[in-house]
Amino acid sequence: MTTPARNDVNICVATKNGSGSASANAILFKSIFKMGIPCSAKNLFPSNIEGLPTWYFIRASQDGYQCRKDAIDVMVIFNDATELQDVHKVRAGGIVIHDDSKPLRAELRRAGVQYIGVPAGNLVREHIKQPQLREKQRNMVYVGALARLFGIPRGTIEAVLKDTFGNKPAVIESNLLAIDLGYKHIEATGATQSVAQLAELPGGNDGKIMIEGNAACALGAIFGGAAVVAWYPITPSSSLVEEMIARIEEYRVDEHGHRRYTILQAEDELASATMVVGAGWVGARSMTATAGPGLSLMQETIGLAYFAEVPGVFIVVQRGGPSTGLPTRTQQADISLMHQGSHGDTRHIVLIPHDMRSAFELTWKSFDLAERFQCPVFVAMDLDLGMNLYSSKPFEYPDKPFDRGKLLGVKELEAQGGKFRRYFDLDGDGIPQRTIPGTDHPAAAYFARGSGHDSDARYSEDAKVYKEQLDRLRRKYETARKWVPEPIVENGSRSGVGVISFGSSMESTREARDRLRAAGLPTDHLLLRALPLAPEVGTFVADHKEIYVVEQNRDGQMTQILRDEFPKHADRFRPVLVYDGVPIAAGQIVSLINSQRGT
Amino acid sequence: MSELARQTQEAANRLNLTKKDYVGAESTLCRGCGHDAITASIIQACFDISLDPKRVIKLSGIGCSSKTTNYFMNQSFGFNSVHGRMAALAVGAQLANHTLVPIGVSGDGDTASIGLGNFGHMIRRNIRICYICENNGVYGLTKGQFSATADRGTRAKKGWINPWDAIDLAAFAITLGATFVARSFSGDRKQLAPLLEAALQHKGTAVLDVLSPCVTFNDHEGSTKSLKSIRANRDALNEVEFMLPEPTDIHVDYAEGTDARVRMHDGGVVTLHKIKDHDPRDRTAALLTLERGRKEGKFMTGLIYVNENEPDLAEVENLGEVPLSFLGEKELRPSREALDRINASLMQ
Ligand SMILES: Cc1ncc(C[n+]2csc(CCOP(=O)(O)OP(=O)(O)O)c2C)c(N)n1
Ligand code: SF4
Ligand SMILES: [Mg+2]
Repeated sequence: MTTPARNDVNICVATKNGSGSASANAILFKSIFKMGIPCSAKNLFPSNIEGLPTWYFIRASQDGYQCRKDAIDVMVIFNDATELQDVHKVRAGGIVIHDDSKPLRAELRRAGVQYIGVPAGNLVREHIKQPQLREKQRNMVYVGALARLFGIPRGTIEAVLKDTFGNKPAVIESNLLAIDLGYKHIEATGATQSVAQLAELPGGNDGKIMIEGNAACALGAIFGGAAVVAWYPITPSSSLVEEMIARIEEYRVDEHGHRRYTILQAEDELASATMVVGAGWVGARSMTATAGPGLSLMQETIGLAYFAEVPGVFIVVQRGGPSTGLPTRTQQADISLMHQGSHGDTRHIVLIPHDMRSAFELTWKSFDLAERFQCPVFVAMDLDLGMNLYSSKPFEYPDKPFDRGKLLGVKELEAQGGKFRRYFDLDGDGIPQRTIPGTDHPAAAYFARGSGHDSDARYSEDAKVYKEQLDRLRRKYETARKWVPEPIVENGSRSGVGVISFGSSMESTREARDRLRAAGLPTDHLLLRALPLAPEVGTFVADHKEIYVVEQNRDGQMTQILRDEFPKHADRFRPVLVYDGVPIAAGQIVSLINSQRGT
Repeated sequence: MSELARQTQEAANRLNLTKKDYVGAESTLCRGCGHDAITASIIQACFDISLDPKRVIKLSGIGCSSKTTNYFMNQSFGFNSVHGRMAALAVGAQLANHTLVPIGVSGDGDTASIGLGNFGHMIRRNIRICYICENNGVYGLTKGQFSATADRGTRAKKGWINPWDAIDLAAFAITLGATFVARSFSGDRKQLAPLLEAALQHKGTAVLDVLSPCVTFNDHEGSTKSLKSIRANRDALNEVEFMLPEPTDIHVDYAEGTDARVRMHDGGVVTLHKIKDHDPRDRTAALLTLERGRKEGKFMTGLIYVNENEPDLAEVENLGEVPLSFLGEKELRPSREALDRINASLMQ
């Protein structure tokens, strides 16, 4: 027998969607977290409400990696429909946990894999009185079994149940009963395993918060001052707005009971985007959250906002496309659509969070940038970041006051002698001055339009005037390079090999680089946090002859942007592409880099 | 004329503004276009009720009609947006500042074809807006294709025959819960201006479906909406007069229940009918009136439906006195302590 790995295990639970496994999995995950062990969870769920297969991954990682692990150490096969495939997903030497209320089918047997049976079905039938609770509580049985097998103290589970169900003692009791059925069964049979042991790390997760990326963005939006939210439900972005609905009232009701916000569910994304623009033009901080199909519908209005220069925040939680694609799987395949959204010559600001803190931070910052640059600002999330739980350092309070950019009120208009030219490049940075309706000054009003206009907002089809405006908008984009969050660069490997990653690919890239270093290939790294590319990216590109760009899409959308920006160095960029909808794992990155290097 | 003489000649309204303060850029529409006549009525109505231009926002989509927001009230903010989306733009604008008075101008293509969905949902939400659909039965700006309000059997300039029934915007609006629905004719300022005045003061969605001849693409033989310039025909056809039922802080001084037959360029005739003995607060009666008009081949005009008792969007959304657009960091960003509490609650 090998010595069990300490606090390092990847458990996959295969169940049916809607069977109540979500809450069992959450209890299991939170218990490991409570033990102080670095851990993360990923939910691979179907586009369905009930019945289709779903897989939940819990990874405990001594090194703190929060990305998906390639190898599955333990597989809980609680879904008849997928068990045959599931048993083959476990690594050699791994464990299969099965419900042995009925005998294990012969074809599920694999050599070199340990099988541990728990008669969960029978146990709940015998011990749970309410028949309607049995299917749900059957899942709690494997929680108990795993707890006993891997060393999760019963007391920790009980504490988590209390955290979760606080004031519902009956619920806590009934869950604990089912968990104990599994726990005691393993105890009684004396089953053991030597794959991994979980050992408490007292204080290990102290001071850490646990949250999903969508909730982090929702909080970021509230702290960023979002006042008008217009949305249309779509996975995986709905939970972002729903989190706002759940939380915002606490902070945004005035002394008379009136709201200082509004969250309106629009009739479609044509409307939600246009509402954002209407509200942004009138001067409220406005936003929407959507996914690929919604982003497609919003395109025309995004161009309008760009050309009429209206602020607005568009949070895009990317999922598998094209069309409906894989709506419950993750991808980074809407980068081009955000960056060059709409017809005609456009370029947009895109902020790219890579963890919970940056999801919070970049979201509140997006409102400042939208007002500073008077344009749509995109926050590029994805399903992996948005809908999975991560542990994180606590959120930091915004370190800057609201930046409303070159917004002129009555006082400012007076101060400049009542003169105001809406689309005139007063400062040479491409950013004009702006006023909002309701400003009580005769010089404030202007006419916004998506058609050709001159510096004074007058209709114009003049060739020179039109080109001037297009060039100024490009100048604005150039100015933005120095305003958007700069990349985080890690140099010093001296290998000349660089890796660029962004968003949810960052964490797997970190693990992959550790593995590459251990195998003799140290690398430098640049974490992209925004488009347009900041000046630091140019330096990194100049300094590295071989640059791997890790992306979760088929065509290397970020690689194309990089090649376009650095045509002289176009051949330096080597895309590392994973686009099957399953969160990218370090092993995939390592092997794609190795195969391109011929090693 | 001396400056003084000019000033004394020009009447001022309660805000001490003259009609000049309500005009906009010079129109670039075809001469005789019905839309220009509607613009004149808008100017008249806004002047008459002393509407403060600084409180008005002018919103539109795309089309000849949508261009006209540029042709009145230069001192107001305006937004000429994209085709079919003005309704949604208005909802967003209204949420951001519900103290503004939106005047929306759209066309029948903009409203009844590409924008029908957003138009319908704007109505449902009862946002405050004076929404004018300048209805000519064609796409003027793209040169004469049918819109969704073109009548069945009508012939386009290109020779096509329209096989579909027209969408009746007034009936559509009432069905979806519009709280003010009126119909009029571009050439009848005497009826239209007071209706606009009422619509501008209505706290909710006011829809005005205004027949507005396109003299360039819908004024040929075979078109059922081809209206000859009303000015040229007015004398021959009797003054078109309309009754305005309750509520009226609007002046009415003309007979009710009459038809006005408007002769067109091609010699055809459209019959406008001034509704009489009509209770505009009765929704069923309003729909029946429209249906009767349809059966008799008459375009029923006047205030068709009004309901002042529905809350508008700002009320439903429970917005306060200060518009969201004028709230600052103090009101919008929760405190440092609030974030500390959130962080603590996320530590399990
Ligand atoms: C998305 C989109 N599709 C098509 C067009 C072309 N287009 C411009 S105006 C118009 C129709 C306008 O008709 P209507 O609203 O009735 O206005 P009118 O010109 O008759 O006053 C069309 C189809 C467009 N601008 N945008
Ligand atoms: S084309 Fe028709 S609708 Fe357009 S301006 Fe000319 S007359 Fe008016
Ligand atoms: Mg039209």
